[in-house]
Amino acid sequence: MLQIDLWKRLLIWTTVAVGLFLALPNLFYPRVEQHNDAVAAIEMSGETPELVARSAGWPDFLPSGLVNLGLDLRGGAHLLAEVQVEDVYASRLEALWPEVRDVLRPEREAVGTIRLQPSEDGALRVRISQPEGMARALELVRGLAQPVVSVTGSLSNDLDVRAEGADIVVTLSEAEQTATDERTMQQSLEIIRRRIDEVGTREPTIQRQGSDRILIQVPGIGSAAELKEIIGTTAQLTFQPVVGRTDDSNSAPGVGNEVLPSLDESGVFYILEQAPVVSGEELVDAQPAFDQNGRPAVNFRFNPSGARKFGDYTAANIGNPFAIVLDEEVISAPVIQSHIPGGSGIITGNFSVEESTQLAVLLRAGALPAGLEFLEERTIGPELGQDSIEAGRIATLVAFVGVLVFMALSYGLFGMFANIALIINIGLLFGLLSLIGATLTLPGIAGIVLTVGMAVDANVLVFERIREELKTAKGPARAIELGYEKALSAIVDANITTFITAVILFVMGSGPVRGFAITLGLGIMTSVFTAIFVTRLLIVIWFERRRPKTIEV
Amino acid sequence: MRLRLVRENTNFDFFSRWKLWFGISAFLMVLSFGSFLLQGLNYGIDFRGGTTIRTESAQPVDVGQYRDAIGALDLGDITISEVFDPSFGPDENVAMVRIQAQDGEEAVSTTVIEQVEAALQTVVPDIQFVSVESVGPKVSGELIQTAIIAVVLAIGAVLIYIWLRFEWQFAVGAVIALVHDVILTIGIFSELQIKFDLAIIAALLTIVGYSLNDTVVVFDRVRENLVKYKKKDLKEVLNISINETLSRTFMTSATTLLALVALFVLGGDVIRGFVFAMIWGVIVGTYSSIFVASAILLWLGVKRDWTKPTDTTGNQFANVDA
Repeated sequence: MLQIDLWKRLLIWTTVAVGLFLALPNLFYPRVEQHNDAVAAIEMSGETPELVARSAGWPDFLPSGLVNLGLDLRGGAHLLAEVQVEDVYASRLEALWPEVRDVLRPEREAVGTIRLQPSEDGALRVRISQPEGMARALELVRGLAQPVVSVTGSLSNDLDVRAEGADIVVTLSEAEQTATDERTMQQSLEIIRRRIDEVGTREPTIQRQGSDRILIQVPGIGSAAELKEIIGTTAQLTFQPVVGRTDDSNSAPGVGNEVLPSLDESGVFYILEQAPVVSGEELVDAQPAFDQNGRPAVNFRFNPSGARKFGDYTAANIGNPFAIVLDEEVISAPVIQSHIPGGSGIITGNFSVEESTQLAVLLRAGALPAGLEFLEERTIGPELGQDSIEAGRIATLVAFVGVLVFMALSYGLFGMFANIALIINIGLLFGLLSLIGATLTLPGIAGIVLTVGMAVDANVLVFERIREELKTAKGPARAIELGYEKALSAIVDANITTFITAVILFVMGSGPVRGFAITLGLGIMTSVFTAIFVTRLLIVIWFERRRPKTIEV
Repeated sequence: MRLRLVRENTNFDFFSRWKLWFGISAFLMVLSFGSFLLQGLNYGIDFRGGTTIRTESAQPVDVGQYRDAIGALDLGDITISEVFDPSFGPDENVAMVRIQAQDGEEAVSTTVIEQVEAALQTVVPDIQFVSVESVGPKVSGELIQTAIIAVVLAIGAVLIYIWLRFEWQFAVGAVIALVHDVILTIGIFSELQIKFDLAIIAALLTIVGYSLNDTVVVFDRVRENLVKYKKKDLKEVLNISINETLSRTFMTSATTLLALVALFVLGGDVIRGFVFAMIWGVIVGTYSSIFVASAILLWLGVKRDWTKPTDTTGNQFANVDA
């Protein structure tokens, strides 16, 4: 008969309680938001009485996850940028010219004079005056190639070298292009992230989309044009001599010196000479590597003029530290171990593999490696977002009350049970959204309203079924049980099919549409849960207490 | 006394004129298709590229004045429309300006937007640009493609699911009903020239989900009744099933519509098109699950012997909870 095991009851109530608990912060949105901001600020830059006071507005033991508001609700800017990855090929090949020259010069007898030719397709063209020596020249230039591991794992070289008449044509191999693209994208993402973080806006989204696109969403920013400007500013990378180390940011650095904070050690500051030895514009490449002891390190390489300056400085300052500074923050301050003449060097330190990779990315992240083309831009003013929230809130409320009244009128007491379940349903939905940190958009609100409308469907199916079963004059307990049993297949099928479309929307959609898919999909889950378990439990509890001889649904 | 949308024990004969309903549906579909071909959809910038600027000003919107100001810039096709919404205050005068994608430009041009904004500011000094959206032609092409793939995928996935859970005739019936709903929705958007953008695709997919929901509930009952009434002919079984689920069909449609209408009236003009699509979809979807999906089932005929469901081909789920 109508029975639900105690452990099941406990499980249902626990789920409901946890869900509602997680949804709780959303009722106090501004206060919790302030608390979260303050906590984040304390983590970043230490406590101040003001921040502590603001964070105290919401107790720490309560959950503080909130439903993020999408751009269309909060206002802000959205950009979709395409990284012009091909830009990098040309500059890579340009940088190769000195090496090609150096390798061919000693062989002048065989190849004759060598001259760089203008090239339109981004390839490096070198003409030799004695085409008879082409075979030798190709062999030498091919010797410059480095192995690359391509995505498929097969090993190939980074350069394709071929002869066209008297010209040696050097292009990047396909494997190298793929690898370069990957690096370019990582670099671009890193730079954009740093640029936007500097502005200190709340929860920006910086995502890679597909092979060569980056989606940037920044809430609270005035316009997409402003955002473009921020991204466009180049990162400033410098190598500066270190004067000293301190833990007081206000210490007097002395004339010609400055005090800069360390990037990853909080509370540590470096006193540096203001004039850089070399600046980031002269850095050509940086790669994660390992030093002779097998510890993670970073290899870097300067262009010729940078190499000369760097060589002179290191020769004169063995044993002294120098600082690698990015955007007024000291990334690391290694000690110069020896004269570094070739323009390339290695940074060792207490790195893990991840850290060395990260540092390499940061080093390369001086300026954007390639141009950005903006394919899509959207600016939503904060007033419009506020209006939308307001309208959405009223509409949801009216829809909600309308459905509650309608259900109560149609099904009486059972309708009230369904209504309690519906309220729990909305609570659970917000709890889930907060838990996964989902973003609520305007279509997302529509998804919630739709959920309110459709959530009662499962209950309606059950109630209608109970009515039918009552007609065949079974006892009320049996009718309720059969009602649930027989309605189950319809509920499951109907919701799975809707869920399939929600999943497809989520996968194919973007931005606001995806927000809609999330609320719709989660709404299906919570409404099935509340209809099958919560309403049923309520009915069973009521039935156990009253033991009615007849019921009316 | 309980509120009843449908009185108890209805016994409507839904299929006495099923050919007529078929005819009406077919006619409406042809009409939609014709409207789509002749008139085309009023694509938003998501699908054809371009820029929309939403302006707000305390002064009443003078479309001619706006047009003159922007027209001088020679930017090609420009649409300016005033937006009305009951929630706007007396000093909220909103207009939408749409500029076509500029020839030969793959990317979004900031200068065009700045020019337009400057031009409008000279004629309406207090004008504010509450939202500016630009989509390049490259992306818009891809968005159309993705949208079509999404709709086709959704319908395909549903076809397979219903086929597994029921029989192929059910799947065909459900899918034809879905196609019917999608075409009629596109038709009304084309006929009324309502802006068709990405959000409408979301609405279309929701309609697919909703209509399906309805159809599946009816089919579930049909499956049950096919076992229960072995001797009755298919038409009768279908009629019984639809009548039995009629109360639920109306209840659910009513609550959903109630919620949607609230959103339509109070939700603001930004999502009104989206909500309109859904309202239309709920109505059409409810109709189609009875008059299209079930009628197709009647037309195709179904296997009557459900007594040994384990013998049926390829549907081990078919009788899980019968």
